[in-house]
Amino acid sequence: MEKKYLKKITSALSAVVFLSTIVLPGNLFAQTKETQYFPIPSSRVGPYSAMGTGYYGAQIDYMNYVNATGGVNGVMLTWQECETEYNAAKTVECYQRLMTKDGQKMVVFDTLGTPGAYAVINRMAEDKVVLAQYGYGRTDAADGTVWPWVFNAASSYWSQIAVKLRWMAELDGGGPEKLKGKKIVHLHIDTAYGREPLPTMRRLAKEWGFTLVEIAIAPPGLEQQSQWLQIRQEKPDWVTFWGAGSGMNSTAMTNAARINFPRTKMMYVTFGGAEEDMIPAGDSANGTYVVSNALPGKNYPLIKNIQEKVYKAGKGNMADPNRVGTAYYNRGLGASILWVEALRNAQKMHNKVGKAVTSEEFRAGYEAINMTEARMKELGIEGMLAPFALSCSQHEGAGKFALMQWDGKAQAFKKVKDWTGPNDPAAIRAQIVESAAKYAEENKITPRKCS
Amino acid sequence: MKPVFMRYTKNDIINFVVLLVIGFLVVPNFIQSDYWYTSILLPWLCLTLAALGQNIVMGYTGQLSLGAAGFMCAGAYACYNMMLRIQDMPFLGALVLSGLIAAGLGIIFGLPSLRIRGIYLMVATLASQFFIVWVIDKFGWFKNYDVSGSTTFQKIFISGVAFTNGKMMYLLVLAIVIVLTLLAINMARGSTGRNWMAVRDMDIAAESMGVSLLKTKLQAFAINAFLCGISGVLYTYTYLKSAEPFAAFNISLSFKIMFMAIIGGLGTISGAFIGAAFILLFPVVLNAIGNNVFHGMIDATIISSIEQVVFGGLIITLMIFEPLGFAKLWETLKQKVIKTKS
Repeated sequence: MEKKYLKKITSALSAVVFLSTIVLPGNLFAQTKETQYFPIPSSRVGPYSAMGTGYYGAQIDYMNYVNATGGVNGVMLTWQECETEYNAAKTVECYQRLMTKDGQKMVVFDTLGTPGAYAVINRMAEDKVVLAQYGYGRTDAADGTVWPWVFNAASSYWSQIAVKLRWMAELDGGGPEKLKGKKIVHLHIDTAYGREPLPTMRRLAKEWGFTLVEIAIAPPGLEQQSQWLQIRQEKPDWVTFWGAGSGMNSTAMTNAARINFPRTKMMYVTFGGAEEDMIPAGDSANGTYVVSNALPGKNYPLIKNIQEKVYKAGKGNMADPNRVGTAYYNRGLGASILWVEALRNAQKMHNKVGKAVTSEEFRAGYEAINMTEARMKELGIEGMLAPFALSCSQHEGAGKFALMQWDGKAQAFKKVKDWTGPNDPAAIRAQIVESAAKYAEENKITPRKCS
Repeated sequence: MKPVFMRYTKNDIINFVVLLVIGFLVVPNFIQSDYWYTSILLPWLCLTLAALGQNIVMGYTGQLSLGAAGFMCAGAYACYNMMLRIQDMPFLGALVLSGLIAAGLGIIFGLPSLRIRGIYLMVATLASQFFIVWVIDKFGWFKNYDVSGSTTFQKIFISGVAFTNGKMMYLLVLAIVIVLTLLAINMARGSTGRNWMAVRDMDIAAESMGVSLLKTKLQAFAINAFLCGISGVLYTYTYLKSAEPFAAFNISLSFKIMFMAIIGGLGTISGAFIGAAFILLFPVVLNAIGNNVFHGMIDATIISSIEQVVFGGLIITLMIFEPLGFAKLWETLKQKVIKTKS
């Protein structure tokens, strides 16, 4: 008996060894064309899969699209995937694993998630890799003097919460004075991501005179009964919801429906509101407000081109092609458009047109991104993003957001408010600079000079 | 007088020397890629320690416990605060003290084992998981009032030498793991280990033979927590480098450590090493194979899901055909080889 199992085990072992011998020489195929390598630390399984499949799927689609249209001045884009499951420890492993491919070092890393970003953020300066936080992550990284290698091109959470509060006041019919004496619940997932907006929110609560109630939900956030019971007792005027993952996001809406809390008084964070989060909640989702940093929609010329050149050729990455043009997809598209823009800038700036660039050159290229309306029109994404420009010290994008509302009948978002910035962008910036300076002092970093 | 160290056979010593040579000479000379050190060897060695502790309390002493991540968290943050607040604190000193603090917590959370047993004890020990992590997360002092709630752990310097690159950290962690493993082997094979096993096999009989249940059980919990605490320090300082308590030390890590002990083989020392390697590294291997071999052939989302199915299937198969874990599998393999030779 035992011998039989032993045989099976040895054959299984030899199969593994055989497979790994296939894996290893895969890297030996010489590449004739000039290529630039991008890592894809995707999160395709687990509670946050809707986010991961849409976002990273779009990035792969865009790279395929760029390759199909002749690359970046002839440089073809290559990539390699690694599954992080939105888990910080696994993100660290993936970061190391994805570091090089075919002898080429990665130039940029995009964790799609604040926990993952915090896990690797301190390695960036040492390893010389750009951390492109696209609308997530550490906010004070917007100060490029302390964080040369970290960017937040799709606007930070501090700007986002300030814009959210501004809209709440506007929807109540006026300016900040309208929130005076009101009660706002910040219902958030209990991670670095959920807590990120708190400093700005606490400051605004004091300045504007509203009561802030912080209620935390333990991840993955499928249990929210007690929190919503508390909300029922508190009777807040607004709820700002800061969650992640379709399960948590849709559960909040169904729970709100159960206690009869109006959905039109709930404002979702960028990573809480997408089609995949709204549809599972059914009718309870109707009327929920969602903040956006890259508007969904299938009518942008670029989306049409991707459908034409990538999906018709059978190279599409999305298992369900109908998800092309949804909120997470377009956000991923926005992120990868910036990679390619940075690469294009880097090639031009360093006299390397048609050649691969190093991470230092890529960083300079990313810093030189200038997304004007005209440039977005050329790219075929007019109106999808807020126009912005980055600079040596300014590593945050426009700081502007759009507001959408879920229409249950049409099963789609409709835009309620166009790109809006906070009431006091200067105060947000001051807070960022102060926080970054504190970090620099604690960690003995000498901020670089930006003349 | 009773000898402090047990006597080892010739085979033991040969094995030990061979492993030392591999660990300290072969690996550092042949592996150059930082990836192997920082992402494979370091987390493996660190979590092996936790699995070893879990094995002592669960495999040797028979006390079901689930909450290793809580003790790891306690160790990690104890070390962080000592390094932060005490001037010129040597890292190794802070490491040992953190282990002792975790051990103290281990005794407290091990107290229920005197009253309850089996699966009920497991539920009671869950308290350590939730309580410790909650306290550290709740009170900003532990995290030095960081706004985001995440902590960046200091760099390791020992008498002026920086242990910052993968190879150096590996050598440091390896040395610590070897020392602690030797101690664990020594205890497990000596009278302490016999007491543990007596309690595991039949606690009433053990008590009537003069084994103190109180002392034995709490000792096992303390040693478990000590090893977990050290493991937590090394895991955060060498592998994660920055972490937030809820994300890094969640219940799934506790489960993983328990599975490492079970799949590796309960009541064995080598099982901790093999189990940690299997639970931690096999998903990485599967993911690498999935992304390299099947890249572009199958939808990436399906590849990611298939990996989990394969991993789960392997665990079930192993548990059906070899409930005693990899350590037993390894023993049988060895015996077969010896038999065919003679």
